[in-house]
Amino acid sequence: MRPRRIALNTAALAVLAVMIFPVYWMVVTSFKSATDIQSETPTLWPAHPTIEHFATAVGADGFWTFWRNSLIVTGGAVLIALVVSLLAAFAVARMRWKGRGPFIVAVFAAQMAPWEALLVPMFIIARDSDLLDSLAMLTGVYFTITMPFTIVTLRGFLAAIPVEIEEAALVDGCTRSAAFRRVIFPLLAPGLMATSLFGFITAWNEFAFVNVLIIKDQDRRTLPVWLSSFRDVFGADWGATMAAATLFALPVLIVFLFLQRRVGTGMVAGAVKG
Amino acid sequence: MPTVHAPTREAGADHRPATPPVIRAGGRRISRAWPYLLIAPAVAGGVFLLLYPLLRAALISFQHFRMGELIRGGAAFIGLDNYRELLAAGEFWAVVLRTFVWTAINVVLIVGISTGIALMLVRLGRRMRTALMSVLALVWATPIIAATTVFQWLFQSRLGIVNWLLVRVGFDSFEGYSWFANGTTMFGVLVVLVVWQSVPFAALTLYAGLTTIPVELYESARLDGAGGWQVFRQITFPILRPMFALITSLEVIWVFKCFPQIWVLSQGGPDGATTTLPVYAFKIARALHRYDLGSAVAILTVVILTVALVGNLRRMLKQEGADT
Repeated sequence: MRPRRIALNTAALAVLAVMIFPVYWMVVTSFKSATDIQSETPTLWPAHPTIEHFATAVGADGFWTFWRNSLIVTGGAVLIALVVSLLAAFAVARMRWKGRGPFIVAVFAAQMAPWEALLVPMFIIARDSDLLDSLAMLTGVYFTITMPFTIVTLRGFLAAIPVEIEEAALVDGCTRSAAFRRVIFPLLAPGLMATSLFGFITAWNEFAFVNVLIIKDQDRRTLPVWLSSFRDVFGADWGATMAAATLFALPVLIVFLFLQRRVGTGMVAGAVKG
Repeated sequence: MPTVHAPTREAGADHRPATPPVIRAGGRRISRAWPYLLIAPAVAGGVFLLLYPLLRAALISFQHFRMGELIRGGAAFIGLDNYRELLAAGEFWAVVLRTFVWTAINVVLIVGISTGIALMLVRLGRRMRTALMSVLALVWATPIIAATTVFQWLFQSRLGIVNWLLVRVGFDSFEGYSWFANGTTMFGVLVVLVVWQSVPFAALTLYAGLTTIPVELYESARLDGAGGWQVFRQITFPILRPMFALITSLEVIWVFKCFPQIWVLSQGGPDGATTTLPVYAFKIARALHRYDLGSAVAILTVVILTVALVGNLRRMLKQEGADT
């Protein structure tokens, strides 16, 4: 049994190393001095650690504008999606009504919608309604992209909360909204967290639509577009590019690792359910 | 037209504290309207930003819609001409074929590797498992564009670590090798990138599924003298079949419509070697201002994906039936 265990652990270590390497290399490169990056034999560790690349990235034209745009669009989309989806999920999980079945089917279908196929019509619609170069349009699109998943997941969490708890609260004299606020909402917190994280990652990441919908007004771009055009910004300065990539990835990584366990199961539950 | 102010209506119902939580049809008038008010904002969002663009794409694909029509409007209806033009072009079929090959290679690799990692996770000790799972979560969370940028750096011809490693291992021909200039190697780099990004989700989901299989099943199979492969084929796979089906179809959809990685790394090049359907639709719309043709490609993409989607949807509905 012993050698098997060792072989297994070695294999696991190999997988771990291969998987993490790109992320590791991104962070390490961003801390290396320019001469270390240019050196013919790369080192696994920054010999002369520096934060000058981060200064370059942060000081680049418009960095804070794009950061703010990304935050506005992402935050807006996540908040709207949460509120709208919670209402719909409540109707689906707790009420019986005509059309409930078709609505669920529509939500499932929307969850798998090929958004990338809608780039051209979305561009034309935005142009026709004077919504090109508008953060509002972008927020709307991201909200719609994240909504189906949010509805499905929240509905799963809501369905898992026994109706009796709510009834007990009502019997004890709670109003309906107080029952929701004091009883349902706390139990729903993990679900809300998982779905908002999913929405956050989706919107923070989104590249295709912002590329199509923000055309002329470069000040309306978001971080992904800025980062993808790093060649225009930094040329062949890989240190600064990796620093920018690290700064871009950081918010998601922090939140994700922080909530990993809870969110991991939430995401999986959502995915398995559909 | 349902109002979008559903929340205020909901609040208005607070004066009736005795309302039961489950509201059945046939209750008071206001309770019958409730669910529709609650879903109204969701429906509005879906109609305006999903259904409408889809219908608009369908409409444009039957029109003569180019630069001139974009500016002046008044696109003429030309029936199936766009589809005819598209289907007659050899390029379109090459793109379709390439998209299928792209999807097949990626999905096979993703599902295969994820299954291996999931089986590994089950057998690992607690600490090692936590470490590996954290790394998977980290990769999963890494934003697509950040990862794409990193891969450009990893595969750089002169200072890239991949070439350096290959030369060190003894493949001297990789000295200064330019991965992005050749169609096949560009394709290969994109496959590595997409597989690397997709494995964590699939592996963690499969692992979650594996943990639900009772240990007793394995033990009795071992007692009956079954080997590792037999256990997988006779027990693990049949039990997890629905989950494998779900993951495979999800990955098919995701890989098929994958756009940002390809667009950022290669813009479909070099020489169209990495142009898949979504990239193709975008390219002919954006570069050639053939919005009509681009829409036709989009509609065909939706049709092809719907076929992959139908099985998935059916399974979900079945699950739905079991749930309620």
